[in-house]
Amino acid sequence: MDDKLIIQGHEFTSRFILGSGKYSLDLIKAAVENAGAQIITLALRRAATGNVANILDYIPEGVTLLPNTSGARNAGEAVRIARLAREVGCGDFIKIECIRDSKYLLPDNTETIKATEILAKEGFVVMPYMYPDLNAARDLKNAGAATIMPLGAPIGSNKGLCTKEFIQILIDEIDLPIIIDAGIGRPSQACEAMEMGAAAVMANTAIATAGDVPAMACAFKRAIEAGRAAYLSGLGRVIEKGASASSPLTGFLEMDS
Amino acid sequence: MITLNGKENKTYDNLNELLRENNFRKERIAVEINGVIIKKDDYEITPIEDGDTIEVVAFMGGG
Repeated sequence: MDDKLIIQGHEFTSRFILGSGKYSLDLIKAAVENAGAQIITLALRRAATGNVANILDYIPEGVTLLPNTSGARNAGEAVRIARLAREVGCGDFIKIECIRDSKYLLPDNTETIKATEILAKEGFVVMPYMYPDLNAARDLKNAGAATIMPLGAPIGSNKGLCTKEFIQILIDEIDLPIIIDAGIGRPSQACEAMEMGAAAVMANTAIATAGDVPAMACAFKRAIEAGRAAYLSGLGRVIEKGASASSPLTGFLEMDS
Repeated sequence: MITLNGKENKTYDNLNELLRENNFRKERIAVEINGVIIKKDDYEITPIEDGDTIEVVAFMGGG
């Protein structure tokens, strides 16, 4: 299967990035396995003393860890968190999350661009979470981002692809993997994102708040695969007005009037 | 006294002692002393001084 997700030279066969927040630890392993996820996001916080269980004990081997810089309100704080995350010793991937609005949790594109430039120069694989804006995406690419991660809707909202039109612009214009991150609430929305040409989908709350977490992780996996297959197949054209018969227009039976 | 993760704490001779006494697992954490990130290879030889501000961080679930 040659359709790989390539992030700065790193290859993945899964296009589903799973967030690890809001789960009880015993569900994490099942969620990761059912999702078939090869990349998992994590947060960095003050460690608890005592021999407490750590989330890394529950994540299957071979999964790429993607720490985020949540908590950062500006580039300086994001850079500090990124450097600490790298020092834990689990790789060079970093998701930049620079948020100074606590009501909507919208990312600050300007600070994200600054942090991207610094961290890219330090050899991180930078995956910036951003508000879908073409100019900001271009600046992120020039700053050395490995992917662009536009939000679909506010974090944790499960509202779906509210920013759909502007995500499509990024997919059409930016030559980097576009990974929808935040707001996707249903597998159908993840499927739709992939049909649009997104490189991958990130979801956390949609799975963590589902009735059956492992089952939902699996549903998302299938939806993302379906959407990608549909995209690669070439979606059929849409007729805006009128119709086009699917059955033959000749050879009709003679009908009594 | 030192500040460890935002709280006042007794001081230690070196970083290894601090980690050991608090049961921090070296392979799961990163350490910053007075704003400087300490390389894991240097934990053994890093002294702790009175008044130091120390952050010990680890990964948790997050989106």
